Amino acid sequence: MATPVKVHGPPMSTAVSRVLACLLEKNVDFQLISVNMAKGEHKKPEFLKIQPFGQVPAFEDGGVSLFESRAICRYICEKYADKGNKGLYGTNPLAKASIEQWLEAEGQSFSPPSSVLVFQLAFAPRMKIKQDQVVIKQNEEKLSRVLDIYDKRLGETRFLAGDEFTLADLSHLPNTQYLVGVSGKGELFTSRKNVGRWWNEISSRDSWKKVVDMQKSSA
Amino acid sequence: MAPIRVHGTPFSTAVGRVLATLYEKELEFELVAVDMKAGEHKKEPFLSINPFGQVPGFEDGDLKLFESRAITKYLAQEYADKGTQFKCGDSKTAAIIGVWMEVEAHQFDPAAAKLTWELAIKPRYGLNTDTAIVEEHEAKLAKVLDVYEIRLAQSKYLGCDCFTLADLHHLPNIQYLLGTQAKKLFDSRPHVSAWVDAITARPAWSKVLALQKQ
Repeated sequence: MATPVKVHGPPMSTAVSRVLACLLEKNVDFQLISVNMAKGEHKKPEFLKIQPFGQVPAFEDGGVSLFESRAICRYICEKYADKGNKGLYGTNPLAKASIEQWLEAEGQSFSPPSSVLVFQLAFAPRMKIKQDQVVIKQNEEKLSRVLDIYDKRLGETRFLAGDEFTLADLSHLPNTQYLVGVSGKGELFTSRKNVGRWWNEISSRDSWKKVVDMQKSSA
Repeated sequence: MAPIRVHGTPFSTAVGRVLATLYEKELEFELVAVDMKAGEHKKEPFLSINPFGQVPGFEDGDLKLFESRAITKYLAQEYADKGTQFKCGDSKTAAIIGVWMEVEAHQFDPAAAKLTWELAIKPRYGLNTDTAIVEEHEAKLAKVLDVYEIRLAQSKYLGCDCFTLADLHHLPNIQYLLGTQAKKLFDSRPHVSAWVDAITARPAWSKVLALQKQ
């Protein structure tokens, strides 16, 4: 059996959970290595060797050392193309182009406002940092406009890139889980008919349920 | 009519990313103007190409795409055998190139794009630069470029020893910032400075700048 790949970082990190979801979809064995962020382990020289920006996750597969969760996911899909969910990153160039388009939309349009909301609503309280209501309102408005566009798209196709679940949908799971689950902003998603339907489908996948379990048991 | 059409202005950083790639790949294309002052990008038929109402919109025959970094990837893949190869060796380096493409998108661009807006674009429209935002984002960009300085001491270009999309994606913002006070951030880091000189000197990039002068 091949050596399991290594993922460095806590499952509660949105970026780490993005990689875990991808590994589970692809049935790729992995070893989760803890990083003590409360003690600043991610900013120390040893860790900076594998992630020079001092962020989680870092990832290793034999001699290949990577970072940036979306790059790690793409690598996993290409290297293990024949394992698990084979259509996750598309099985032809046109499918891949559409997935890339919506993966970029996630990274450039969905992630900025949703990440701010996740930090303000889910993490700031536990870190005893004061929430900024102006920032919350601004980003809720930005995210609402993005979700209006998503709602129209998801009225035309079952998932973002087409009619199959892909990496583009997967990439949205971590932030949305926090917003729907613990932050009281679930209505942003559930009040939009097609977005609500899409969220139910993608969050019910076995792979995502396992990630949520991992987050709960490491809390 | 060329099957490849790019909708947008060559002054847009995102459009510039796509145009640079088209020139690197030596592909024929048509640049279709979008009247952003009149809000053309927020209406149909533009929204059918990019529902987010942003430039560029892109067409290759029947295929429609948006998001500049998805478009450049599509071009690199679809026209792999034409023009600049954007790679250097095996799939292991392809993974590393992928990492640095994400670094541009998520570490470099957020700070650089804010600075481009405040220092290069706002003055053109007679708008006031917000010095607090400039200070904040110059500090952020400096930290990112510190990492780049270490990387570029080990590797000729960001992804590997050849010019790839990981480098190209930086061009539009870097070009704008070189014309502002933020130039010092690049000049003061020798490996970053040499890399900036190399990538901005590419003939394909000069062609994009020529479009801006038309």
